[in-house]
Amino acid sequence: YTSHLRIEQHPHEEVPAKKLRLTKPSKSAALHVDLCKASSPTDALQYLLQFARKPVEADSVEGVVRILLEHYYKETDSSVRLKIASLLGLLSKTQGFTPDCIVDDVINTLNSERSHQVLAQLLDTLLVIGTQVPESLNMRHRLIDVACKHLTDTYFGVRNKCLQLFGCLGSVDKPLPRESEGGGTGMAAKDVQSIISDYFGDQDPRVRTAAIKAMLQLHERGMKLQQIIYNQACKLLSDDYEQVRSAAVQMVWVLSQLYPESIVPIPSSNEKIRLVDDSFGKICHMVSDGSWVVRVQAAKLLGSMQQVSPHFLEQTLDKKLMSDLRRKRTAHERAKELYSSGEFSSGRKWADDAPKEKVDTTAVNLIDSGACGAFVHGLEDEMYEVRIAAVEALCALAQSSPSFAEKCLDFLVDMFNDEIEEVRLQSIHVLRQISTHITLREDQLDTVLAVLEDSSRDIREALHELLCYTNVSTKECIQLALLELLKNLTKYPTDRNSVWKCLKFLGSRHPTLVLPIVPELLSTHPYFDTPEPDMDDPAYIAVLVLVFNAAKSCPTMTALFSDHTFRHYAYLRDSLSHLVPPLRLPGRKLTSAPEASGLASSVESAQNFLKESLTRVCSVQQLDAPGAQSLLEFTIRDLQRLGELQTELAGTADFCATYLHCQLLLMKALQDKLWSVAVPLYLKQNAMVSGAAAQVLEETYKLEFLYSGLESRQIASIHHVRLQAKALQLVLLARTRRGVEPLLSACEKFLHEVDAFQRLFVTELPHFQDSFVDKLLDIMPRLAGSKPADLVKILQTTLRHSCFPQLKLPEQIRRATAAIIEPTGESDNPLRFTSGLVVALDVDATLEHVQDPQTTVKVQVLYPDGQSHVIQPKPADFRKPGPGRHRLITQVYLSHSAWTEPCQIDVKLLLAYSSSTSRSLGPRSAWNESTEGPTPLESTIEGTIPLSKPVKVFIMPKPARR
Amino acid sequence: MPEIKVTPLGAGQDVGRSCILVSIGGKNIMLDCGMHMGYNDDRRFPDFSYITQNGRLTEFLDCVIISHFHLDHCGALPYMSEMVGYDGPIYMTHPTKAICPILLEDFRKITVDKKGETNFFTSQMIKDCMKKVVPLNLHQTVQVDDELEIKAYYAGHVLGAAMVQIKVGSESVVYTGDYNMTPDRHLGAAWIDKCRPDILISESTYATTIRDSKRCRERDFLKKVHETVERGGKVLIPVFALGRAQELCILLETFWERMNLKAPIYFSTGLTEKANHYYKLFITWTNQKIRKTFVQRNMFEFKHIKAFDRSYADNPGPMVVFATPGMLHAGQSLQIFKKWAGNEKNMVIMPGYCVQGTVGHKLLSGQKKLEMEGRTTLEVKLQVEYMSFSAHADAKGIMQLIRMAEPRNVMLVHGEAKKMEFLKDKIEQEFTGISCFMPANGETTTIPTNPSVPVDISLNLLKREAAFGGPLPDPKKPRTMHGTLIMKDSSLRLVSPEQALKELDLNEHQLRFTCRVQLQDPYSDTDTLSRVYNHLKSVLKGYTVQHLPDGTVMVESIVLKVSSSAEDPNTKVVLLSWSYQDEDLGSFLSSLLRKGLPP
Repeated sequence: YTSHLRIEQHPHEEVPAKKLRLTKPSKSAALHVDLCKASSPTDALQYLLQFARKPVEADSVEGVVRILLEHYYKETDSSVRLKIASLLGLLSKTQGFTPDCIVDDVINTLNSERSHQVLAQLLDTLLVIGTQVPESLNMRHRLIDVACKHLTDTYFGVRNKCLQLFGCLGSVDKPLPRESEGGGTGMAAKDVQSIISDYFGDQDPRVRTAAIKAMLQLHERGMKLQQIIYNQACKLLSDDYEQVRSAAVQMVWVLSQLYPESIVPIPSSNEKIRLVDDSFGKICHMVSDGSWVVRVQAAKLLGSMQQVSPHFLEQTLDKKLMSDLRRKRTAHERAKELYSSGEFSSGRKWADDAPKEKVDTTAVNLIDSGACGAFVHGLEDEMYEVRIAAVEALCALAQSSPSFAEKCLDFLVDMFNDEIEEVRLQSIHVLRQISTHITLREDQLDTVLAVLEDSSRDIREALHELLCYTNVSTKECIQLALLELLKNLTKYPTDRNSVWKCLKFLGSRHPTLVLPIVPELLSTHPYFDTPEPDMDDPAYIAVLVLVFNAAKSCPTMTALFSDHTFRHYAYLRDSLSHLVPPLRLPGRKLTSAPEASGLASSVESAQNFLKESLTRVCSVQQLDAPGAQSLLEFTIRDLQRLGELQTELAGTADFCATYLHCQLLLMKALQDKLWSVAVPLYLKQNAMVSGAAAQVLEETYKLEFLYSGLESRQIASIHHVRLQAKALQLVLLARTRRGVEPLLSACEKFLHEVDAFQRLFVTELPHFQDSFVDKLLDIMPRLAGSKPADLVKILQTTLRHSCFPQLKLPEQIRRATAAIIEPTGESDNPLRFTSGLVVALDVDATLEHVQDPQTTVKVQVLYPDGQSHVIQPKPADFRKPGPGRHRLITQVYLSHSAWTEPCQIDVKLLLAYSSSTSRSLGPRSAWNESTEGPTPLESTIEGTIPLSKPVKVFIMPKPARR
Repeated sequence: MPEIKVTPLGAGQDVGRSCILVSIGGKNIMLDCGMHMGYNDDRRFPDFSYITQNGRLTEFLDCVIISHFHLDHCGALPYMSEMVGYDGPIYMTHPTKAICPILLEDFRKITVDKKGETNFFTSQMIKDCMKKVVPLNLHQTVQVDDELEIKAYYAGHVLGAAMVQIKVGSESVVYTGDYNMTPDRHLGAAWIDKCRPDILISESTYATTIRDSKRCRERDFLKKVHETVERGGKVLIPVFALGRAQELCILLETFWERMNLKAPIYFSTGLTEKANHYYKLFITWTNQKIRKTFVQRNMFEFKHIKAFDRSYADNPGPMVVFATPGMLHAGQSLQIFKKWAGNEKNMVIMPGYCVQGTVGHKLLSGQKKLEMEGRTTLEVKLQVEYMSFSAHADAKGIMQLIRMAEPRNVMLVHGEAKKMEFLKDKIEQEFTGISCFMPANGETTTIPTNPSVPVDISLNLLKREAAFGGPLPDPKKPRTMHGTLIMKDSSLRLVSPEQALKELDLNEHQLRFTCRVQLQDPYSDTDTLSRVYNHLKSVLKGYTVQHLPDGTVMVESIVLKVSSSAEDPNTKVVLLSWSYQDEDLGSFLSSLLRKGLPP
C-alpha cells in the first residue's frame, strides 16, 4: 500500500519534466553534455573512456570530432588532451567516414601543443588518417612536412612517430617535391631515405629502431633502398640494444637481397667481396649474439640467402676444431673416414680422436672468421626457437644447393637426438625435404634408424615418411632398414600400415639392391623346401611388400620365388592392393593394362569423357522425353566407374553422379502417372515419391558439404535441387493431409525459402534460365497472395514442366573421405570393463579433404540397443601430415550398463554441418543476425553426414562385483 | 691516476686453488677461495699470509665472493674464515650455498677420517663459515657497502655457477669463475650483457681447444649404452657425484623415456641423493627445456633411475649403474667393476679424465690384465669406452664472452701458462684496443682506469649552452662549454659563473686589457676615428660596430679611442680596451689595427 501511495505522489512533481523524445538521442549531443558537466580532468577522462567503448555511426562522427576538438582547445590537462587525440585517431578509422576534413584541425593543434606526449599521440592520429586515405598525394605531402618539422623534437616518442609517418607515407616514386616549401624546412627538399638514415645514429635506441623500421616499411612499400645505407646498417649490428640489432639484421638482409652482386671492400684489407657474401658473414656472426631474439631472427634470415657463394655457405658447418693447438677432425669426418676404410664402428678405440698435425698459431682465427660454424652454433643453441630456425634455414639452403645438402646431412641427423620433440620432428621433416639430393651412408642410416624406437608416434611416422624418400647406397642398408623396421613393428604393432607403406617405397626405389638379398629375405633354399611362413604375420607381410615392390621393376626376381610366395602374392594383391603392385608373373596372364604409359593423356581423355557425358545429359531438356531416364541411368553408372578408375577425377565424377542421381529421382517421382489419379488409391506410390523426395534432400546436403572446391554456382544448383525436392514434399503434403493449418504454414515456409534462394544467389540467377526457380520467381507476386491449394497446383505444373539447369563443373572437386584405421574391427576379444565406468577406445583415422575438421568431424558410437552417442574430439587430436590430409588420433570413452554377453558397437565418423556455416551464407547471415535478427530458415538446418564406414568393436560391460 | 690491482693467490697460470685478490676504488675483494687437488700439504690452500702476516683478514677484505661449489673454488673457505679469521660477508648464489657445505663436509671426512690428518677444519667450522654467507640472486645488484656493488650473471658450468660483476663507481671488474658457452642437457649457456668492465678475469682451461658439437658425443654415448643393454649386458659408468653425473642421468633418463626402454638404471647412493634434491629445487638455474617442463614433471625426479643396492650387482639381465668415484680407484665403482670385468657383454664408460695410476687410467691405456691388491690379477674382458663431457668454455667460447662483455682489459687465470700464451696473443690480435694479462700466482697486475666523474650541471646553464648549438646534443661529438665547477662536500656541480659568484658570495672582478696602437694617419682625430670606424665596419661583418657620440668606437664591448701623440700630430694613438671575455676579438682588433688603415 505504501508503495502505491508514493507512486501516487511522484507523478505529480515529475510530469512537467517529462518530455517525449522523438529522435534517437544523438551521440554527439550526449558527449557534449558529458564533457561540459565534467568538473575535473579525471571526470572528463572517465567520460571519454566510457565514450570510447561504444561504436559511433559514420554520419555522426563529424559532429563528435568537432565537439572533441572544441573541448581539446579548452582543456588544460594533458592527459585529457592525450585521450582526445587518441579518440580522434580511433574515430577516423570509422567505416564510411572520410577523415581528410579533420586533418587541418589536427595539424593546427599540433602547432600549438606543448606536451610532448600529446604531440606524439597527435602524430599517431595523423598516421592513422594518412593510412586511411592513401591515394591523396597532397595530403601525404602535408603530413610529411609536418613530420619533418617535428623530427627534431627532444622527446623520443615524437621522433618515433615522425619516422613512422615517413615510413608509411614517404613517397615511393620520387624524392620529395620542392614546392612543398610551405612547410618551410630545408629538409623537405631532401630525399626521404637520407632523412631517415640520419636517425640511424640517434641517441635513443627506440628512435634508432623506429628509423630502421621506417626504412624497412619503405622497402615493403616498394621503394628501392639505396646501397649507401649498407655500411650504416652494418654498424648498427653491434648496437647495445637488442631491438636495434634485430631490426638491423633485417635491414642488412634486405640490402643483401637488393644488391647481391655489388662489390664491397673488406675492412683492413685490400680485398673485395660480393655484398651478399659480406652480409651473409655478418648475419652468421649474429647467430652467436647475446640476445636470443636476434639469434632467431638471424638464423631465420640465413635460410633465404640463396645467392651466397658456396664457399661461404660451407664454412657455416665448419668450426675448425683444434685441441691443444693441434688440428682435430670432427666426429663426422672421423665417421666418414672409418666408413670409407671399411671399418664400421666408431669410437671403440681409446684416443682415436687424438689430434693430428700442429696448427699454425698465427693462422687460427678465433672470431673474425665470419660465417665459420654459424650453423654449428645455431644448432647447439640453448633456446629451441633458435635451433628450429637454424634447422629450417639449413633446409632452405640445402634445397638450393645439393653439395651443401650433402654436407649438412650429418648435422641434421645429429638433431634427431635433440631434447625437444618439436626440434627432432622438424629435423626429420627437413631431411625428408632434401632427401632427393642425398644418399645416406650406412653409418648415417644407422643413426637415422635408431630413432625408430622413439615412443612418440609422430616421430616414428615422420621417420617412415623420410624412409619412403630416402636413397641408400648398399644392400646392407636395405637389410639394416628392414631389420629396424621389423623391430619397430614388434615394438609398436600399431605402426603396421605406416611400416608397410614405407617398405613399399623402399622396395620400389631400390630393386637392384633388394635382388641379391631376396633368397635370404624369403628364407628360401636352393635344395630344401622351407616351411611356409604364416600369412597373417605382419612382419612376413612387410618382407613380402618390400620384395614385391622391388620385383615390379626387376623381372628376374620372380624366378627366385617359391610356390607359396606366388600364392601369397595373389592373396596380398587382393587384400592389400594399395601396397602390392601388379606383377608380370610367368605363366599368368597380365590382367591389368600397362598404366604407366600415357598416364597424363588418360586423365585428359577421362576429363573429356566426363564433359561429353554431361553435355549429353543436358540435352535431356524435357523430363518426359523417352529414353531420358535410361540415359541418366547409364551416365550415372559411367561416371561412377570413371571415378573408380581415375583417382584424380574421383571427386568430380562422384559429385556429378550424385547430382544426376538426384535429378533421376526427381524425374521418376514426377513422371509417374499417379498425379492425375485420386489420392487414396495410390498410397503405395505416394510412399515411394515421398521417400524419393527425402532421399534427394539428404543427397543435396551431402553434395553441399561433403565436397570441397565448389563455387557458388554449383551451390546454387544444389540449392535449386533442394528447392525442387521441397516443392515436391509440399505437393505431397497437400495431397495426403486434409488439414489446412499445417499446409498453410508449410506454404509460407516454402515461399520464404524461394525468397532466400533469390537473395542468396542473385548473381547466379541468369544461369537458371527456364528452370523451376526461374518460373517460380516470374509468378512470385501472384504466388504470395494465392491460396495454398492454388499454390500447390502451380507448383505441381511448374515442377513437371521445367527443365533442369545445366551443371557446370569447377576446376577440381574433392570429396571428403575418412577411413578408420584403428580399431580394425577384426578383434574377437571383447573389450571388457565394469559397467557404469568408462573404457577408452583408441581411434585412429585418416581424413582426406575435410575442411576445418576440428569443428566438423565427430565420432559416433552406436550401441546395440539403439543408443547413440556423438563425441566431439579435442582439437589437439587432429594432426596435419600433409596438404588436404588430416589424421585423427583420439580416445573415445565408452560406457554402458551391463550386458549378458559381448556385443558389437558401431563406431563411425560423422561430418557435422549446419546451413549457416555454409560457405556462401557465412558473412551474409552474420550480418543478418546483427541487423534483422536471424531468419529461422537459414540458420536452423543442422545435421550430420556419415563420413566413414562404421567399424564394429566388440565390448563387454560386466556388472560390478560387490 | 686511479687503478685496479689484481693479484692471483691461486689459479695464476695454474688450474686449482682459485683465489684472486682485487683492489678496486679502495675496496679489497677476494674472488673464490679454493683448494688444490694435487697437493696434500700447505700448498693446497692459498697463501693468505700475502694479505696479512698475522691477525685476522676481516679488516683487509671488504668481501669474499664464491663463484660455484667446486672444491677448487671453495675448498679453502672454512680454513680462511674460521682458522685464519674472516668475519666479513661471503657472497655466493643460493644453489652454491646449499650444495657447498655438503662437498666441504665430504672433503673434510676424506681428509680427516680416512687420511687421518689433524689440524684441519671441523664440521662446526663449516657450519660457522656458512653462517657468514649472503646469498645472491641472478642479475640482482647487491650493495656490499655504499660504494661497492656486485651482480651475478649465469655461467652454466654447474648448478648455481655464476659470473660476478664488481663495481665501484664507474670502475668495474667481471670475474667469470668457470663457465660454459654451450648449453648441455641440464644447464644453459653463460650470458652477460654489454657491461664494458675495466677488466674481465676469465678462466682459460681450454684456451687452445675448439670443440666439436656436443651432439655427436651424446649420440655415441647413448648408442653404446643402448647396444649393450639390448645385448643383455651391464653398463658401468663411474662418475663423480656432482655435475656431469646429473647431466648423464638426464641424458639417459630422457633416452629411456623416448625409446621406451625397460632395463633398470641405478645410481649408487651417497651424497648424490642430497645433491639431487637441490637440483630439483633450483629449477630456475637449469636450461630452457627443464624450466619449461617442470610443471608437468620435474626432470630431476627420475622415473627410470633408482637407488643402487650392493646386492643388485649380481642380478641377472641388463642394467646401467652410475657409481662413484669417477676414476675407478676405490669404492663402489671399483667393486662393481671387479664383478663385471670378466664378461665381454658388459661395458664400462669412463666419462672423464683419469689420473695416472688409477684403474681407470690403466683401462683407458688398454691394459687387459690388472693387478689388484692381494696379488690377484683381474682379466678385463668387458668393453672399455671413453666419453668426454666437459663444461668449460673453449677458445671460441672465451672469445664470444669477451665479445659480449666488451671489456677494456682481459686477464686469463685458471689455465696452463703455455695455452694462455696462445689465447693472449689471439685476444690482442683480434680485438683492437684490448690488452691481455696472465699473471702468475702472487704477481700483481695494475690496470690504470679512467673513471668518469659525474658532475651535476645546473639546468639553466645547460639550456643556455644548448641554445647555441643545434637542438639535439650529438652524443658522438664532445662540446666545450663555459661554467664554473664547484666542489663542495664531496659533490661536484657545474654552474654558470654568475650563480657561482652568488653562491660563494664573491664579487665579480672585471679584467680588462688595454693596449695602444700607433698609426700614421695625417687626419684629424675625429676623422681618423671615423676612418677606423669605417674600416672596422667593413672588416667585421656580423658584429655590432658603433660610433658613439662621445668620440669612441665600440665593437661589441671593446672600446676604441683615438688621440694624437704629443710629438707628432700625424702619429695617432689608438687606445683599445677589452674585457677578458672578449679576449679573442680584442687581440684580433689590435693586430688588425697594427697593419694600418687602408688609404
